[in-house]
Amino acid sequence: MSASDRVLFDAPGPRARRRIRIATALSVLVIAGLIALGVHQFARHGQLDHARWQPFEQWPYQRFLLRGLVKTLKAAGMAALLALPSGALLALGRLSPHRVLRVAAGGFVELFRSVPLLLVLYVFLMGIPRAGYTFPVFWELVIPIVLCTSALFAEIFRAGVLALDRGQSEAGQALGLRRRQVMWLVVLPQAVRLVVPTLVSQLVSLLKDTTLGYVVSYGELLNEGKVLGSYTHDFLQSYLTVTVIYVVVNAVLSQLAEALERRGRRRPKAGAAGVGTLVPEPRGELNAEMLHGG
Amino acid sequence: MHEVVHHLGYLAAGLGTTLELSLLGFAGAFVLGTLLTVMRVCPIVPLRVVGTLYVEVFRNVPLLAFLVLFVFGLPDAGITCSLFTSEAVCLALYFATYVCEAVRAGINAVPVGQAEAARAIGMTFGQSLGTVILPQAFRTMVQPLANVFIGVVLSSSLGAAVGVSELIGRTQWLDLQYDEPVPTFLLAAAGYVLVTLAVALLAGRVQKRMAVRR
Repeated sequence: MSASDRVLFDAPGPRARRRIRIATALSVLVIAGLIALGVHQFARHGQLDHARWQPFEQWPYQRFLLRGLVKTLKAAGMAALLALPSGALLALGRLSPHRVLRVAAGGFVELFRSVPLLLVLYVFLMGIPRAGYTFPVFWELVIPIVLCTSALFAEIFRAGVLALDRGQSEAGQALGLRRRQVMWLVVLPQAVRLVVPTLVSQLVSLLKDTTLGYVVSYGELLNEGKVLGSYTHDFLQSYLTVTVIYVVVNAVLSQLAEALERRGRRRPKAGAAGVGTLVPEPRGELNAEMLHGG
Repeated sequence: MHEVVHHLGYLAAGLGTTLELSLLGFAGAFVLGTLLTVMRVCPIVPLRVVGTLYVEVFRNVPLLAFLVLFVFGLPDAGITCSLFTSEAVCLALYFATYVCEAVRAGINAVPVGQAEAARAIGMTFGQSLGTVILPQAFRTMVQPLANVFIGVVLSSSLGAAVGVSELIGRTQWLDLQYDEPVPTFLLAAAGYVLVTLAVALLAGRVQKRMAVRR
């Protein structure tokens, strides 16, 4: 796992090896027992009968769930598309020199970070329609997600900007760039690259948030699972299938985030992560040069 | 407005349920998450596999999908418990992976020399983990764990979607009953903001007191 777990135990000797072997055998027994218990429990109530799972082998049912998945991805994609730029704008607002902008953006971010998504959703579902505005179901789901997620994205962007070595923006200022130019040409490109893995892994939780379509009856995957379950009267099978689909889709996204993170670590980064290792060396050279020159 | 003020106690009881759920869920998640971390670093391979698999699966399950499966699916297999218990169990199982991540990062923050020293004086795996590494690791984990707790509080609201009568569930009921959306929703929001602020402040304090000066 990491450097620490190699230190936690030495290369085991004969006695320790025997003990580990016994523990391994025992743990396999316990795990197998638990699995058997679960399977038995399911089988006893007839939940493993082929008839109950058979719908999921048929194309119409599969197509139904697939359409739900497409709608899930559509809602998640739209929410991400809207939340990313608004998150970046909010972060810029929080970092801006204008006090009013700073306070407004800060208030927005803090509010939507500390309120559950479901509450915002209910406001859009039951509060706002009473004031005479109604949205299509798709937007009733997407707008609350955008509001809450953009606040999270704003914090991620801001963390990226703050993590960047100050020398970068100082160098920009020394070149005579304006504050805005420093931000857009020097700081943001590097900060964004820094936070891309975090953003992608945040997309997983955004995709999870779209399950709230279940509450507003937008036909995304979980809601279609509900519909299918009430049609076949087999809720367990339907929800289990849907859950597995979610795990697979999110696992792909998580893998992507990890791959991006690995790539980012391999490439030497300007400024931020390299501060401890990269910067001191050239500075040392510089000093030596100066000494020789003097 | 009048009716909503009249039902403040009703809402406060909902906030109480939310807190109860969160505390129970977090306690369960904490125990399970720590256990998972130990499983993931221990020398027994099957336990490692189970720990890793658990984290991989539960990190990628949407909580609501899991909650719905638990509440509406499992009774078909003869596994039933009350709504409150179901949600507390779901929160514990779900957030265990987050605790596991926090504990793992905390363990990695302990200098390797500490573990080496524990090994050098002949401590076993359990001893070095339990008496040297984990106690130090927990000190650096206050802030991440507080974030997990805030996550639990906010996520406990999903219970309203399956019928648990916590703060959001009661807010919804009050809103339907008296048609006063503005004060009802504002009160609920205030409740959550209050809790998250309090937790964040408390965590900052504890963090300062527990910090190891190195």
